[in-house]
Amino acid sequence: MKSIYKTGLTLAGLALLFLLIGWANGHLNEYYSRVLNTAAIYIVAAVSYNLINGVAGQFSLGPNGFMAIGAYVTTLLILPVSQKQAVWFLQPLVWPLRAYSLPLWLFPVALLAGGAAAALGAFLIGIPALRLRGDYLAIATFGFGEIIFVLANNIIPLTNGPLGIKGIPNLPYLLWVTWGCAVLTVLAVTSLVNSSFGRALKAIREDEVAAEAMGVALFRHKMLALVVSGFFGGIAGGLLAFLVSTISPSAFTFFMTFTLLIIIVLGGLGSTTGAVVTAVIYTVLQELLRVVESPLDLGPVHIPGISGMRMVVISALLIAVMLFYRRGLFGGREFSWDWLWQKWTKRKGTSWNQTAASRS
Amino acid sequence: MSLQEFIQQLLNGLSLGSLYALVAIGYTMVYGILRLINFAHGDIFMVGAYIAFYLVGVFYLPWWLSLPLTLLLTAGVGVLIDRVAYRPLRNEPRISLLITAVGVSFLLENLGLVTVGARQKGFPVPGMMASPVRILGAQVGGVSIWVPLISLAFLLLLLWVIYRTKAGMAMRAVSRDIEATRLMGADVDRIIAFTFAIGSALAAAGGILWSFKYPQINPLMGIYPGWKAFTAAVVGGIGNPTGAMIGGVLIGLVEVLTVAFFPTLSGYRDAFVFSILILFLLLRPTGLLGEPLKEKV
Repeated sequence: MKSIYKTGLTLAGLALLFLLIGWANGHLNEYYSRVLNTAAIYIVAAVSYNLINGVAGQFSLGPNGFMAIGAYVTTLLILPVSQKQAVWFLQPLVWPLRAYSLPLWLFPVALLAGGAAAALGAFLIGIPALRLRGDYLAIATFGFGEIIFVLANNIIPLTNGPLGIKGIPNLPYLLWVTWGCAVLTVLAVTSLVNSSFGRALKAIREDEVAAEAMGVALFRHKMLALVVSGFFGGIAGGLLAFLVSTISPSAFTFFMTFTLLIIIVLGGLGSTTGAVVTAVIYTVLQELLRVVESPLDLGPVHIPGISGMRMVVISALLIAVMLFYRRGLFGGREFSWDWLWQKWTKRKGTSWNQTAASRS
Repeated sequence: MSLQEFIQQLLNGLSLGSLYALVAIGYTMVYGILRLINFAHGDIFMVGAYIAFYLVGVFYLPWWLSLPLTLLLTAGVGVLIDRVAYRPLRNEPRISLLITAVGVSFLLENLGLVTVGARQKGFPVPGMMASPVRILGAQVGGVSIWVPLISLAFLLLLLWVIYRTKAGMAMRAVSRDIEATRLMGADVDRIIAFTFAIGSALAAAGGILWSFKYPQINPLMGIYPGWKAFTAAVVGGIGNPTGAMIGGVLIGLVEVLTVAFFPTLSGYRDAFVFSILILFLLLRPTGLLGEPLKEKV
């Protein structure tokens, strides 16, 4: 298939997506809009998390920290001054932020600043953590996430502590913003993965020692992957702040990381397609599983609703996937128009990008 | 700070540290054998506390019966987790094992929330633990004396098992070289199950003693003690039981004394422990007593 056709098809697909969003913006009620927004935010977060975890094979457990940084920085920049006075009633907010805020229409600046701050956080934790490997890296990044959580709880003049920050203004056309960010993230990460940089990352994932012997600068590549991952994680955090309009440290506990981990594992570690598809599936599943928490009437038998049952099901699902279906939905492969074309013309053989035939 | 206060804080740190040591043993033994950070270990600690709570507080069994029963049941939970969730992944990449461990941890926490509820429960503390004791002119709670003593007894028992029994020898052999041990005709899976049993039983003991010290239990109580115990294991040199004990006491003392000397920093105590963890991973990943890991290409 000629590449110009593929570009055309991609553009057509995007146009279709935007048409759908345009329709959804006017026609869906608040509940469905919220689900769609959440899905888009999970896409941003999961695709960026997958870059460091799945593509580069560096097992990070710190995306909750990046999202927290992004959410707080975005909020501090965009929250109106009057609201800031209302929120920090115990201790005043630190000076320049107390007196100035960005107007709402400059929200892209606030989001980018949130992303940049998270990228800086990623850089700072990367300097020590990326010297470690495997589970030690996991622990160091986990510690980073927890430290961010503790700081957010305690630096009251900046974060308002456990009470959190409320009254974050609503963005009009939020669906356009979240899905726009999702599309940009997927495009950016995909082009990174398909560049020589991405191939170097995969080489590091498959065999670090061999990659180094071939001249891949390990630390620089890992660092860039972590920083990019942190940047988009920060954007996802900022978007989440706009969506829920209230942030507090408890929104960014390890639970957030756990959710993202489930998404990328279910999708198949290393597959951006998988991350996108399962981000949407997970969001919908989370809503559908509300059934198991609601009371059930079976004629004479009445089963009261148990809150928290959803998480039991979801954790059990993660274990089951790891035990019986480790490849996940896409197993490291990516969607491509060629593959669709071949399915369409029913030719023999597959041309899925076998990116992860053997992984260790 | 007066001398009396100092002694109180010292004993407080010592009792906290000995609890970390009990839990750290489980992390360090499992890591020594499987190279797995058992994320769920802190939650096994919680399971132990709840089993004891139900045996004593609900079924009114006496402590001399409840304690061994709790250790036994919790050991069973540990072995079950290993059998169901970890054993099928023995030959898979370690990261798969780690992800599964994270899943098991969340499963235990949420099963706890669903079955026993999120509300705090008051733990039945025996009178011996609650009554104050005078020592060196300072008045301290009974827990601050009894907890380190009971922990010490368990730790000595453990050292005896590891270094003086055949099962202990088998465990040391497996942690040295799994394949060679298998070739010697030992049943490696059974030895690993035994390791999980011992680690979980000690975590249960830790959970019970912890609940004597802080008699409010909830299904998420294991998370932070678990992480601090893991830090203790790393500080002491992961894979080394004696190191885990020393690390545990150090972490406990550092935590309590920092808060005692700098009360304004008390909100940061968790961040402090994690900073120690990251620093140790960077500067001395083998910990105080650990052997350097050889990298095989």
